[in-house]
Amino acid sequence: MLELDNIDAAYGAFQALFGVSMRVEAGEAVAVVGSNGAGKTTLLRVISGLLPAAAGSMAMQGTSLRAIPPHKIIETGIAHVAEGRRLFPRLSVEDNLRMGAFIPDARSRFRERLDYVYGLFPRLKERRAQLAGTLSGGEQQMCAIARALMSGPKLVLLDEPSMGLAPVIVHQVFDLVRRIRSDGYTVLIVEQNVAQVLKVVDRAYLIEVGRIKMSGTAADLAASDEIRKAYMGL
Amino acid sequence: MDCQLDIFFLEAILNGILLAGLLALLALGLNLIFGVIDVVWICYAELVMVGMYGINYAYKGGTPFLLAVLFAIVLIAAAGMILHYLVIRPVLDSAPINQLLVTGGVLFFLQAAATMAFGIDFKNLGIRLGSVSILDMSFAWSRVVTFVVALGGMLVLWLFLSRTFIGTAIRAIAQDRQIMPLMGVDSRKIYLITSAIGGGLAGLAAALMVLQYDIYPQIGLQFGPLIFMICVLGGLGNMVGGFIAAFIISQFITIGGSCMATEWGYAVAFLFFMVAIFIRPQGLFGART
Amino acid sequence: MTRISRGAIIGIACLIALPFVIRFFFSASEKYYLHLLIQILIWSFIYTGWSLMGRFGLTSLGHGAFTGLGAYTTVLLWNFAGLSPWLGVPAAVVMAVAVALLVGYPCFRFRISGHYFALLTLALTEFVRLCIVGLRDYTGGSLGTQPRRYGDGVSLYAMQFEPDRMLSYFIALAVWVVGLYLWHRVDRSMDRYALEAASQDEEAAASVGVNVTREKLKITALSAAMCAVGGAIYGQYQMYIGPETIAGLGVSLNIVFAVVAGGMWVMLGPTVGAIFTQLLSEGLRVLIQGSAVLKLWFGSAALALDTAIYGLLLVLFIIYMPKGILGTYLDWRRRHAAQPPNLAARAPRPLESKAGP
Repeated sequence: MLELDNIDAAYGAFQALFGVSMRVEAGEAVAVVGSNGAGKTTLLRVISGLLPAAAGSMAMQGTSLRAIPPHKIIETGIAHVAEGRRLFPRLSVEDNLRMGAFIPDARSRFRERLDYVYGLFPRLKERRAQLAGTLSGGEQQMCAIARALMSGPKLVLLDEPSMGLAPVIVHQVFDLVRRIRSDGYTVLIVEQNVAQVLKVVDRAYLIEVGRIKMSGTAADLAASDEIRKAYMGL
Repeated sequence: MDCQLDIFFLEAILNGILLAGLLALLALGLNLIFGVIDVVWICYAELVMVGMYGINYAYKGGTPFLLAVLFAIVLIAAAGMILHYLVIRPVLDSAPINQLLVTGGVLFFLQAAATMAFGIDFKNLGIRLGSVSILDMSFAWSRVVTFVVALGGMLVLWLFLSRTFIGTAIRAIAQDRQIMPLMGVDSRKIYLITSAIGGGLAGLAAALMVLQYDIYPQIGLQFGPLIFMICVLGGLGNMVGGFIAAFIISQFITIGGSCMATEWGYAVAFLFFMVAIFIRPQGLFGART
Repeated sequence: MTRISRGAIIGIACLIALPFVIRFFFSASEKYYLHLLIQILIWSFIYTGWSLMGRFGLTSLGHGAFTGLGAYTTVLLWNFAGLSPWLGVPAAVVMAVAVALLVGYPCFRFRISGHYFALLTLALTEFVRLCIVGLRDYTGGSLGTQPRRYGDGVSLYAMQFEPDRMLSYFIALAVWVVGLYLWHRVDRSMDRYALEAASQDEEAAASVGVNVTREKLKITALSAAMCAVGGAIYGQYQMYIGPETIAGLGVSLNIVFAVVAGGMWVMLGPTVGAIFTQLLSEGLRVLIQGSAVLKLWFGSAALALDTAIYGLLLVLFIIYMPKGILGTYLDWRRRHAAQPPNLAARAPRPLESKAGP
């Protein structure tokens, strides 16, 4: 479904990604793990067009992502839940969800999508008129994911969904991930919380200093010595 | 100074409220542009002036008044978009002062172009609506109509911003510009639409102003600074703040104007503004940056 | 001790000789050419004064207030209190500086900057203009007023010199040179570095011991004082002052435009700006007067053509030449040659960009 081939990316003179190649097949859940500054967030930003790739190619179901302007990428079926949630703080929950459904395709199905999303997240329905900035951390994450689902995507990019959240909430968030998986969405998660995320995905990539260092099934990576020592503190 | 708390004082207060409607409408356009695009159109009053000339031209040419108003709204909405596309866009990433100066240049240009095109003598549409008397107070119908239409215009805008997708996008982009592409929103298009709305509001204000004031090329200098002051007082970019500030300032103007010469009403308003800003630099309702 | 470069000495010598050259070659239009030069010199002084704030990011749209205060205080004290301008001008300076500090202190203390600062100064200039018009019994309102002519119009006591263009020229020249000297002193001072640091990052500057508020107030006071003097001298020369000609938003914008057009970070930039704007408006006026076509089209309103072109040029300058004529030229020269020894042409800092990572 999603294919990256030899992607380079840079912030000005500072190169952040070196020849990154990876795939995500339909229906899978894939994780990209690594420490701070490894390039995980950069990778997602390149995919969704917030940062232009310097070299390489990437395609979503055959459509080249480098050939279209950033605001059109969502129309290929990719929805990006940004790092830190990035809700619109002074818009209500429902207005945030409305923004998620901005593209013409989603607009015509707005009501139906809204009902679906409120069904998935009843807590959001309770708080539909509340300003998003006043929600708790966990609720904000819910809202951010819901907003992404409003566009009716095929692939959901999740950028560090557990960041800044209390451990109990982190559990809830990963439960959410399981749920949207079971609803048929393909998921690509970027996470520092290696232990938790490997329990939720099928495959994973390890990225270090802008390069893919390892890849394999979640079970393989979870069992690997390198991962256990360096990232899980075992 | 002759100021007693009599019926004329009450009349001044009420006239102040009527005036506030117009000022609030003008401030709204400016605040919308600033809140969304982060630029101040120093030439905003001049856009209104052009609208006024436009209505005058159409009306004197035989077009019915309401049609002329529609013409002005569309004309200045287009002007707003052109202004953004040609003049603002190239300096969007520069220091804020560049944006102020660039619209300052447009200010000069529009005033001079109007002088060359229409001459310096005062023009008037000649529409007289008469006045209405309540108790011993007299209120010009033009002012009442202005107030009602201005509020109506603001209501329409509010509905647009809160109920439609584009309106929501306009509110959203002011809060987080960078993730707009993730929602499939083309920021440039939103800026253009916002500029058109800002221009349209100016066109509407022009329609209301021709009912009350003579038209001349320098008229922008009379109310332009006042509008900036109102916007800053209410917190630049804050539409509700601007609305309230308009009411406060207009009271200074009308009450001051009834007790002393007209200039002093304005002067006191400016003085109040400066003091208020010193007490609360971000404006009465502005967010502390 | 300031080292005056050879170029400067030659330049000054030429300028001293200039009126005599004009008298020799163009004796018929001597008054006219001298008038042009005097305008250029006085406005250069005012523009240079403004640029002392502008170059440090303190872009004021309110300097029309200071020129207005300078002109009106001097004239009114002479007309109504019989106070010689030799006392009147200092009084005007005190007035302008007081207003500048009064408005500046809260601004700088509360870190009002950017749009807010510009609009606040705009409000100030309007306030002054409104007061001028409001005090119409003294100021003549929007029609303006004149300083009472003393004797035959040339008098040391009354600081009047208009009929004697030669004398006026040398007075204007002296004032202009003083302005450049002041610019130079600021440029070489520690305050300059403090202010540049503050304009980049106030917190950082404060953390290394810069008293940001005090530095800004100092430069504002100097800038206001210069503009007040300039306004006063202008009034004494023109023998007429009006709220639109020496105060108000139009004057403020003119100042900014000229400095931007000439070059904000270079000593002679404002002067180049003055030359540019004055010649432009004169050139257009001559063109329009001489052109039957344009007169037909626009009539007397044709005189607005120079403002229209100003406006257009301001837009174009900001978009394509934000460093101004002189600034861009010096930049270009720097890129194509070795670093010139001219201290006044120190590399200008580009206008800060809003773009971030």
